[in-house]
Amino acid sequence: MMGETLLEVKNIVTEFRTADGQLPAVRDVSFSLKKGETLCIVGESGCGKSITSLSVIGLLPSNGKITSGEILYEGAPIHNLPAEKMRQIRGNKISMIFQEPMTALNPVLTVGFQLREPLMLHHKLSKSEANKQGIELLKQVGIPYPEKRMNQYPHELSGGMRQRVMIAIALSCNPGLLIADEPTTALDVTIQAQILDLMNDLKSKFNMGVMMITHDMGVVAEVADRVMVMYAGKKVEEGNVNEIFDNPKHPYTKGLLNSVPNVDDPDFELEAIPGSLPSLHEQIDGCRFHARCKFATDICRSKEPPLSKISDTHHVSCWLEEEEGKLG
Amino acid sequence: MIVSSEKTISNELNKPKVLLELKGIKKYFPIKGGVLKRKQGDVKAVENVSLQLYEGESLGVVGESGCGKSTLGKAILGLEELTEGQIYFQDTEIQHLKRKEKIKFIKQMQMIFQDPYASLNPRQRIGHALEEVFTMHTNMSAGEKRQAVIDLLEEVGLKEEHFDRFPHEFSGGQRQRIGIARAIALNPSFIICDEAVSALDVSVQAQVLKLLKKLQQKYQLSYLFISHDLGVVRYFCDRVLVMYLGNTVELGTVKELFDRPLHPYTQALLSAIPRPSVHTKHKRIRLQGDLPNPANPPSGCPFHTRCPIAADVCKGEKPEWVEYEPNHFAACHFAGQPIA
Repeated sequence: MMGETLLEVKNIVTEFRTADGQLPAVRDVSFSLKKGETLCIVGESGCGKSITSLSVIGLLPSNGKITSGEILYEGAPIHNLPAEKMRQIRGNKISMIFQEPMTALNPVLTVGFQLREPLMLHHKLSKSEANKQGIELLKQVGIPYPEKRMNQYPHELSGGMRQRVMIAIALSCNPGLLIADEPTTALDVTIQAQILDLMNDLKSKFNMGVMMITHDMGVVAEVADRVMVMYAGKKVEEGNVNEIFDNPKHPYTKGLLNSVPNVDDPDFELEAIPGSLPSLHEQIDGCRFHARCKFATDICRSKEPPLSKISDTHHVSCWLEEEEGKLG
Repeated sequence: MIVSSEKTISNELNKPKVLLELKGIKKYFPIKGGVLKRKQGDVKAVENVSLQLYEGESLGVVGESGCGKSTLGKAILGLEELTEGQIYFQDTEIQHLKRKEKIKFIKQMQMIFQDPYASLNPRQRIGHALEEVFTMHTNMSAGEKRQAVIDLLEEVGLKEEHFDRFPHEFSGGQRQRIGIARAIALNPSFIICDEAVSALDVSVQAQVLKLLKKLQQKYQLSYLFISHDLGVVRYFCDRVLVMYLGNTVELGTVKELFDRPLHPYTQALLSAIPRPSVHTKHKRIRLQGDLPNPANPPSGCPFHTRCPIAADVCKGEKPEWVEYEPNHFAACHFAGQPIA
């Protein structure tokens, strides 16, 4: 079912204008996404994963800007579109689910109003048509009594319900690409399981491309087809979900996998990654991970590692791999 | 005669000492409404919880948000007044002690919060914030206090240079270390960790967990570890208590409870965790719906509305808290029955 390329991001750099000068939050990141595929972007907070997704959907804060690179949606560039054009794409072809549904939904408007809005704007439906379709959407995301919910306000719903409403709004115009930024982090495990199942069902139903941002390796194993690991604004490893879990190459990816306690294994020994993420304006020579990496050598401290190829789908940016490749 | 007395002695040696005991704790929050703000009902946040916490152990408390796990923690510390029940700390009933007497015990009980940034004054240097603990509870001189704080900072993996910094200059993990430093300042024997690592990134979370374990070994600390992350609980705790709508539904050692959960809710919780592995795809037990409103809890077993194996008896009768195996308790009419 996975077919043509839906989204292509080529070497984007996103910078923020701040009092300390230009701060690059995303540094030369490239990836692509096919229809019907789920790409998970993982990394610690501050690694640039959210900014990458905001760059794609064109919702960067006013001091942020894509300074170089290209973003192609179905082959057409979208990174340099005027605001009005981008608005027609956003919510229509590309839509997004946020982490905190309570802050993403407007507290003083009914669920119905917020659900009708994109339908009336993008699909030019009349209010009653939009209402009908809104109820249909709420049914699809598994909300009981959808007619009643249309007239309720966000605060009257539980966290899981709110996230379902967010998903219904995001899906209202049948987008080709759905970006989900930590959609289940704020939810309890039982509700999280419901939402992940729902997203998987809807993805195959609509043949959407899904870009999921998360820091939970458990969620990644559950939903991802492909995984991209980011560290301090850079892509450090990318591969199919099996490749990443069975054969992680980058020390950071290994570290991430080892720092999640395993529920099924009582004797699992946690291995923490020492230190913490460097701040954006820190000038780091060489590999950006070297200060926290236990395998770091001299070359890691002086020169940035290139992207080496493990397989057609698996790439890693680390000197260890590069050296090994040369020897082998 | 001699034989039997020897036996009791050895039993007592093997048996861990009880540090904290809760007897039938209840905490209700009144709901007031109408023009006259009359009491209309109660939110039963904690409903009849009894348990013992041993010296040097970590007891995990898990459950969905709104199940009363945080309220339980606050009630133990006296931050919430109990509606009913008794708390024994080192065999002393601490509820009704006079303030002066109480402080002696309260000093030994500390808490680490989820968001340390919210509990730090943004305009106060970290060193001074930590010094306050000693100003309140000891007669140290300024120099002694400073030294004590520096020792504390080093204990939790920070450095002397951090003394004069402000809270915003620290990362999330470092702030949590400050929270830990504050909690261990007075050599407590019991610490409540309320979602202490939930807000941290996985790599930093692992660091903080390791620090907590190290301190436990060094100072013989007991933890009440409130968390919704069952993976962390399995790694960190000795025993686990599962709560649902203010009720205790299951209590057992980590191994027993994770390997052979008795209560259907525990089984569902365990199956809902996303596993960080691509090969062991297992069937999830899907729980329908959300947590019911605690102001209007279901009759009988509180879980029956979402339970896949609920029968008529569950609707009518509240299940008893029964010790099914040694040290493994559950409250369910069909305890031990697999649900999927």
